[in-house]
Amino acid sequence: MDHDTYDDAYIRGILDEVRSIAMVGASAKTIRPSYFVLKYLIDKGYSLFPINPGLAGGDILGQRVHGSLADVPEPIDMIDIFRNSEAAGAVVDEALDLDPSPKVIWMQLSVRNDDAAARAEAAGMRVVMDRCPKIEYGRLSGEIGWVGVNSRTLSAKRPKLAARGVQHRVITGDK
Amino acid sequence: MSDSREPGFSTLAVHAGAQPDPSTGARATPIYQTTSFVFDDVEHAASLFGLQAFGNIYTRIGNPTCAVLEERIAALEGGTAALAVASGHAAEHLIFHTLLSPGDEFIAARQLYGGSVNQFGEAYKKFDWNVVWADIDDISSFENAVSDRTKAIFVESLANPGGGVTDMEAIAAIAKKAGVPLIVDNTMATPYLCKPFEHGADIVVHSATKFIGGQGNSIGGVIVDGGTFDWSEPGKYPSLSEPCASYQGMVLYETFGNFAFAIACRVLGLRDLGPALSPFNAFLLLNGVETMPLRMQRHSDNAQEVAEYLAGHDKVDWVSYAGLKGDKYNALAQKYCPKGAGAVFTFGLKGGFDAGVALVSNVEMFSHLANIGDTRSLIIHPASTTHRQLTDEQKVSAGAGPEVVRLSVGIEDAADIIADLEQALAKL
Repeated sequence: MDHDTYDDAYIRGILDEVRSIAMVGASAKTIRPSYFVLKYLIDKGYSLFPINPGLAGGDILGQRVHGSLADVPEPIDMIDIFRNSEAAGAVVDEALDLDPSPKVIWMQLSVRNDDAAARAEAAGMRVVMDRCPKIEYGRLSGEIGWVGVNSRTLSAKRPKLAARGVQHRVITGDK
Repeated sequence: MSDSREPGFSTLAVHAGAQPDPSTGARATPIYQTTSFVFDDVEHAASLFGLQAFGNIYTRIGNPTCAVLEERIAALEGGTAALAVASGHAAEHLIFHTLLSPGDEFIAARQLYGGSVNQFGEAYKKFDWNVVWADIDDISSFENAVSDRTKAIFVESLANPGGGVTDMEAIAAIAKKAGVPLIVDNTMATPYLCKPFEHGADIVVHSATKFIGGQGNSIGGVIVDGGTFDWSEPGKYPSLSEPCASYQGMVLYETFGNFAFAIACRVLGLRDLGPALSPFNAFLLLNGVETMPLRMQRHSDNAQEVAEYLAGHDKVDWVSYAGLKGDKYNALAQKYCPKGAGAVFTFGLKGGFDAGVALVSNVEMFSHLANIGDTRSLIIHPASTTHRQLTDEQKVSAGAGPEVVRLSVGIEDAADIIADLEQALAKL
């Protein structure tokens, strides 16, 4: 995998499979992308664990903030990294020490660390870099088309609606 | 579609952005003729207003029918996102409203649609947005026009009405060096004939009224974000790079990345200035765009035949069609629009202004009107109509001198189009 492009099936598989996500670099500021993404993923039914040493012990959107990945008391399926590319390496090493091991390392838009990705893949994890899970979920569900964004997907199948509310689409079903 | 295959242009023209309706299964895109959309609860409303969730609020800001058109055109142009608005002029206005502050300058080709010449040269004076004109026949004129106030460069891929072909790669290099986005009006070419993003454009704009709808029934415009420009330089494009007071201090380029420009045009320009596209017009434009690849090839093939016919007519002084061998733009046409040079071109009558006025009266199948890009063949004498507000010098530099007639060749049988011109020319 060259990590320049990803098949939609690879991304869809990850977003369909994972249930719990630790977000490293989560922000409590309502206008920050890391807050947006946290909120969106909670809304899609994922369990979110915000990680931010400066906010440890507090909460964001009702979720307890932890100081490090090791402090999260439950198994984590995916680590979503909102740190710069260099700092992402140390986050991946922390993730490698977790037991049970996370299944997926996800680095946000503009974050890419190929060495760290190779370490995670050697340990059997799947890796996504320089992508945003909110954008990918919006793209694959068709929601992102509502704001005129090119989803780069084509389908003659009816989109799936979430079980609750209006204007909520899902990839394969509510979590 | 399988992930490993990229869909072709004609497939995108039919499918991009349009899945069956999730509630009813309707296969054609429904006309969501509603002003507003209900919220689940206060929290959902807050997420939508705060740009934290994708969704619909109010048709002035977004509408699901319009959104299908937006995604369709974004896909056809190869852009990251698009915004459909009430007209091509509205699209241009929202682009410049997003990019410019009072006192700023932008460089525009002289060879533009007359309406754009008026908008840039006259209307924008009231905003203190200052156009500096350059000439597509003299690339150095673009470079010489760059100043420390320059914020954008604007050209047409195929210029209306003269049919000139712009050397976009040369101008893109100047824009890149100046650190400003290149905006290309791709109305005349459509992405079927030419894809400006492949030649260095950062933003594409359309009058969808023309070949996108293609059937002369709806006014509309589209802005397409190429996702290529870096908006992060502090203070240069404040709408994108600075905290946005009406969104609690959000920084749009940081939040929306490579589709931030399209979002800014929507959530600031469209929200505040208001030129929304009606869902009904979006539906008609969508119906048109499905056949755009077929129409554009037929338009171009017919125009080529008609131009060759006129070039051999003894009452015709000259024909300016980039598809003609020997035309000064022929080499550029082969580079930028190898499938054809489009439907629109001008020719000069030896009889001057009076002959132009007579010809538009003599034709029987051609419609005399101020549009281009209809299935029907259209004719106009620019000096007495679309370009009459311009000075004589501006007319000539825009390719609309007194002897000039503009055709928008339709998709009828070429033999019938030529026969109509034959009888009309015979009466001169």
